[in-house]
Amino acid sequence: MSATAPSNRAALTELTSAVTLLSAVTRLSAVEKTLTAIPSSDVRRIEFVKVLAAMSGGVDSAVAAARAVEAGHDVVGVHLALSRTPGTLRTGARGCCTIEDSMDAQRAANIIGIPYYVWDFSERFQYDVVDDFVAEYAAGRTPNPCMRCNERIKFAALLEKALALGFDAVATGHYATIVTDSAGNRELHRAAAWAKDQSYVLGVLSTEQLAHAMFPLGSTPSKAEVRAEAAVRGFSVASKPDSHDICFIPDGDTRGWLADKVGAEEGAILDRSGNVLGRHDGALAFTIGQRKGINVGYPTDDGKPRFVLEIRPKTNEVVVGPRAALDLAELAGSTFSWAGLDPVASGLTANLGIAFDCEVQVRAHADPVAAVAAVRDGELVITPTTPLNGVSSGQTAVLYSGTRVLGQCTIDRTVSAVAVGVSASGVPNKLER
Amino acid sequence: MAIYLDHAATSPMSPSVITAYSSALAVVGNPSSIHSQGQNAKRMLEEAREQVAASLGADSVEVVFTGSGTEAVNLAVKGLYWARKRPRILVARAEHHATIDAVEWLAADEGAVVEWIPVDALGRISLAALAAALGPDVALVTCLWANNEVGTIQPIDEIVALAAAHGVPVHADAIAAYGYLPIDFDASGLAALSVSAHKIGGPVGVGALLIARSAIVTPLIHGGNQQRARSGTQDAAGAVAFAAAAAEATGMGESPTPSAGTTGIPESPTAAGGPTGSSSGGERAAPPSAAGHPASSVPAGRAALVERSARLATLRDRLVCGIRAAAPTAVYRGDPDAAGRLPGNVHFTFPGCEGDSLLFLLDVVGFSVSTGSACQAGVPEASHVLLAMGVPEADARGAVRFTLGHDTTDVDVDALVAALPAVVAQATRAGLADRLTSLGR
Repeated sequence: MSATAPSNRAALTELTSAVTLLSAVTRLSAVEKTLTAIPSSDVRRIEFVKVLAAMSGGVDSAVAAARAVEAGHDVVGVHLALSRTPGTLRTGARGCCTIEDSMDAQRAANIIGIPYYVWDFSERFQYDVVDDFVAEYAAGRTPNPCMRCNERIKFAALLEKALALGFDAVATGHYATIVTDSAGNRELHRAAAWAKDQSYVLGVLSTEQLAHAMFPLGSTPSKAEVRAEAAVRGFSVASKPDSHDICFIPDGDTRGWLADKVGAEEGAILDRSGNVLGRHDGALAFTIGQRKGINVGYPTDDGKPRFVLEIRPKTNEVVVGPRAALDLAELAGSTFSWAGLDPVASGLTANLGIAFDCEVQVRAHADPVAAVAAVRDGELVITPTTPLNGVSSGQTAVLYSGTRVLGQCTIDRTVSAVAVGVSASGVPNKLER
Repeated sequence: MAIYLDHAATSPMSPSVITAYSSALAVVGNPSSIHSQGQNAKRMLEEAREQVAASLGADSVEVVFTGSGTEAVNLAVKGLYWARKRPRILVARAEHHATIDAVEWLAADEGAVVEWIPVDALGRISLAALAAALGPDVALVTCLWANNEVGTIQPIDEIVALAAAHGVPVHADAIAAYGYLPIDFDASGLAALSVSAHKIGGPVGVGALLIARSAIVTPLIHGGNQQRARSGTQDAAGAVAFAAAAAEATGMGESPTPSAGTTGIPESPTAAGGPTGSSSGGERAAPPSAAGHPASSVPAGRAALVERSARLATLRDRLVCGIRAAAPTAVYRGDPDAAGRLPGNVHFTFPGCEGDSLLFLLDVVGFSVSTGSACQAGVPEASHVLLAMGVPEADARGAVRFTLGHDTTDVDVDALVAALPAVVAQATRAGLADRLTSLGR
């Protein structure tokens, strides 16, 4: 499946929401049937299992918990305390981590009629997510803290604890689908609602983690339907704003927050040949592909705008150049994982060293791009069929085959499609980051 | 039906207290109104005040009803600080958050200089450190009478004596101690003492600050001057229920009776043996002696409290023995000596377990317990009390507090002990999944 154009997606979302607002209740039972009718060898285990519903205080996780109950599971709601000093009230577009959010989660649990607890994961969250985020930035990479949280908190620390305490699965409000094949293998797929699909941030889950994950919202056509369902259920969070920002940055000012943590010092702006073009106030304030805010005293030779191509934290340098130089012919990472069966077991390739067809997605809301991938010298090497641009080290590349998530790697090496001093058709040039 | 072992969080109201409360709620009248119905409400209120005073060895004029124990603590700490106009506040570590947050606010916003007096490994204040810190520029000393988490009883007499040498007033937070230990406010030499109704089987929303006749406290709340140091319409029904619970918990005095024409309030069984409190004046059931109370002079009502506490202490010791047998690695926290500990308090840390896992597993099988003091939004973290006692954070996270009360029986205790091995085994398996030490990444 190729990408639906964003405008089409939005139109589809609006259409489905208009229809489904009226029929939220009747759809509920259909959703339950879908959920309980997962064709699987472990149906018996899927039905009526003990489920820990992670409840952030947002509308998605509340509806997910309610659906898990109605699917017949024995559900307990757990809110993760991720901050030692939680704020009192929600601010900006954050969707968790304040006392208000905890109260919202508890009220939803009350209405659903399930027990509710708050578990403290603040120490581990600080170490695995917040400190990791700062360290990655300080190293000039662009981490995704939500992926880190799924990988190490929700489906690691929380899941481990839940399994040990007698639960069978952790349910979250993520929009993604788990499909079980006839042999009982679990696969991670995109959600029915592509506009809300969150399979990208779950791409890091291993087979073992997928075996105990439950995403009751995966088959819902739209977020609007989830909101309508929440309203019908009487949840106060039905119209709570979506969260967009990083939960541990209260005012949403990621750059300012990072500058406080890692500091900002003046440094040089260079071109790709190493010529100094100007000065900046702190290399870490830039993002790969950024165009605005590059203060160099004179225009480019060809009169075209410059873009940030590379950030060098060790030398506090920012490298800029033409847009074409952002195009990447190759992405690679030595830290990779497969979600479920690997490409060989999935029949995509005879061995991992032989390139197989897939699509690659490099951001949560980016469109997937056709690519081939193979494992070479311990690296997962991804070659998009058309060059990708604006990709930073530290970002995650998730591989898909149609709607199925195959796996992911953390990008730690990229190859530009355009060599230094060469036009867009030039020989690829390695940009080690 | 869950077995309730969290009396330190709130202690259930007995049927007779509920009857007294609901009967009083039916009585119309603002105690400040001049008409007969107002006067009747005032009579109920003042009789209740006398009962509460009697249960604490205080004059009724020294009892200021508040909306909570936390309000009482705030009134004492802030009110004494403001009235004294001196910069330093001496605070024992391991206090309740009502005190900690109040003094930290005074330091941040009102120019107070807060000095934390350390506690030892049992949670008991260092008298030497207190003595060294005292001086003429100290506004007040504030200290728990007994710790709400680990049950350690503080040497209040010694604290007061040290402070008195410098003319410094002392506030005691007796919210956890009240109803379990004999308290004689007038004999104590304290300037102020905080209590709360719901910790002794009264209603939530009613507390009291005892303010010695000689002490001056600047009010927090200004208005109609209904009480010394506190404005606001007085809660006559809450006071009646408080008095009924106080009579049951301490055996001091009898329950006040509402006006003719309303439902009578049954006399509590424990009140029957106590001295008869006067319904017409300020005569106290327990006249204070100069200092201390030799056992021979304990009034009949006080003997009832002693008997009740002795029953709890027996249950407590049964539970402690049971837990030690069921979970040999568990560490008993606080003072192991019966004389130094609240009779209904049992506190253990379970190595390798998370307190919230234990709490969850016990809740599932029908036991209501606590990991420490209840926190805002139910967020569990390592107890500041245990940390102040020098317990490492990893161990502190495995804390569970069991608090026994008037409705606890040996059957309850034995049921908990029987359930514990499986619970501890499972919590140990859950391990410290959310701790750094288990990372290995």
